Amino acid sequence: MIEFLNFYLIPGLVLGSIYALGAIGITLTFSILRFANFAHGETMLLGVYITWSLVQFSGLHPLVVLPVAAMLTVLVVLGIDRAFYKPFRSSPTIMVVIASFGMMLMVRSVVQFIWGVQLKGMTQGIQRPMVFFDSLRISPKHVMIISATIALMLAVHYLLSRTKIGKAMRAMSDSPELARLTGIDTEKVVRMTWIVGGAMATAAGVFLAIDTHIDTNMGFKMLLPMFAAAILGGIGRPFGAVAGGLIIGIAEEISSYPWIGTEPLLNPGYKAGVAFAIMIVMLIWRPSGLFKGKVF
Amino acid sequence: MSVLELDQVVGGYGDTQILHGVSMKVDPGEIVVIIGPNGAGKSTAMKAVFGLLNLSGGRVVLDGEDITNMPPEQVVRHGVCYVPQTSNIFPSLTVEENLEMGAFVREDDFQPRLQELYGIFPPLAEKRKQAAGTLSGGQRQMVAMAKAMMLEPKILLLDEPTAGLSPKYRGEIFSIVKTVNGTGTPILMVEQNAKQALKIANRGYVLVDGKNKFEGSGQNLLDDPEVAEMFLGGGAAA
Repeated sequence: MIEFLNFYLIPGLVLGSIYALGAIGITLTFSILRFANFAHGETMLLGVYITWSLVQFSGLHPLVVLPVAAMLTVLVVLGIDRAFYKPFRSSPTIMVVIASFGMMLMVRSVVQFIWGVQLKGMTQGIQRPMVFFDSLRISPKHVMIISATIALMLAVHYLLSRTKIGKAMRAMSDSPELARLTGIDTEKVVRMTWIVGGAMATAAGVFLAIDTHIDTNMGFKMLLPMFAAAILGGIGRPFGAVAGGLIIGIAEEISSYPWIGTEPLLNPGYKAGVAFAIMIVMLIWRPSGLFKGKVF
Repeated sequence: MSVLELDQVVGGYGDTQILHGVSMKVDPGEIVVIIGPNGAGKSTAMKAVFGLLNLSGGRVVLDGEDITNMPPEQVVRHGVCYVPQTSNIFPSLTVEENLEMGAFVREDDFQPRLQELYGIFPPLAEKRKQAAGTLSGGQRQMVAMAKAMMLEPKILLLDEPTAGLSPKYRGEIFSIVKTVNGTGTPILMVEQNAKQALKIANRGYVLVDGKNKFEGSGQNLLDDPEVAEMFLGGGAAA
């Protein structure tokens, strides 16, 4: 039991938190800008490398430089929106999706060009886990990741439910046409969507980098589980995305627990398949997701 | 001076021309109703005011200012609010949030206005924390109208506010239209339920094939045998 908690459930919760933060951006872009943003994983990647550089430069802890890194990443993302997505604003969705696919490849190549392709570490040294009740072991970085995720989610919740611009984001997600007729400044809403999505993606990427390491494929590897989380929760439902992220993160980790006998139920190598399986099942069985999102 | 004036408006969607020279006006304090057969361009005429149509001829004048072909987000800022026939509320937002969004362009404190509108629409005050999408058809229509009224518009455009509603709600919406008008807001509305609409209207226009066919006071149109024959379901109006 304690082994299950230490090696499966808690890592699942950590991974789930990371997916959840990433999926918030996916679900917001999907519902407000109406396209599946394939470049979202690369936003995460860019955020991670900017953070890494700031850490190298300042010698501070990644969490301390995270706000600055998130701001810089958001600036790049807003620039990309201005230059590449804005001309597509009234084009058919498929064109924007393909454009985002191209953007994904471009951003990754630029990152590889600037920072190189070798593995990097965000933090050095090995952390000793904290031990509770003699057996429950939690590493401090996991505590940090989970609590920072909770704080960020509360911030997103506050934004969407209490502020004018947040409510306008939800309104535009309900109906972009009516938002325009109502006089809502839709371009401002679009900018805010990129800001929230970009900042959350940076945080998610940095948490992943702290938990594991940095490589230039990490964004792409995260893309599928993040989409699965957004779909599971229901497109346009940020809290659905959070729930979806947690479910998928936990499902991936516990899929290799030796539920039957002593062998892992599923070879850990197939973990990524779990997210994909959940996504496909959801799309067939309930395309609107757990929290009644949009179906396009 | 008229609040709103359409002068020989010509336009349509893409290559399809729908309006072939429509003229109408709304004076301060009036309720003006546009009726006519399906496809006559009633809703299109309204969309022409709101900048949702490319006009190739004619002028739209609001309070003496030319707003021809002004985009909708600007038209709103000039004090015209438009309630489309369908998807006219944000279903996942609460009633109160819908009204707040109606006030998006307002910089000042809209709370007094909000309270005033809750007075005009008591059912909304009761359900202010409820998601607007969960309300009945009639109440959704109230949300849509209240949302549009948040800006204290110079004129309110209603596109078939009673479409798809039960007779009970229809009557209620018409009486709300009168109440709203009573607070000083002129209203231009398109209606299928022509008889009922003309009864509360100061004036009406009958459009056929994208052109003015008849016009007159609500009562005159109701009494006109030709109008009655063609558009009010036959026979003289009761």
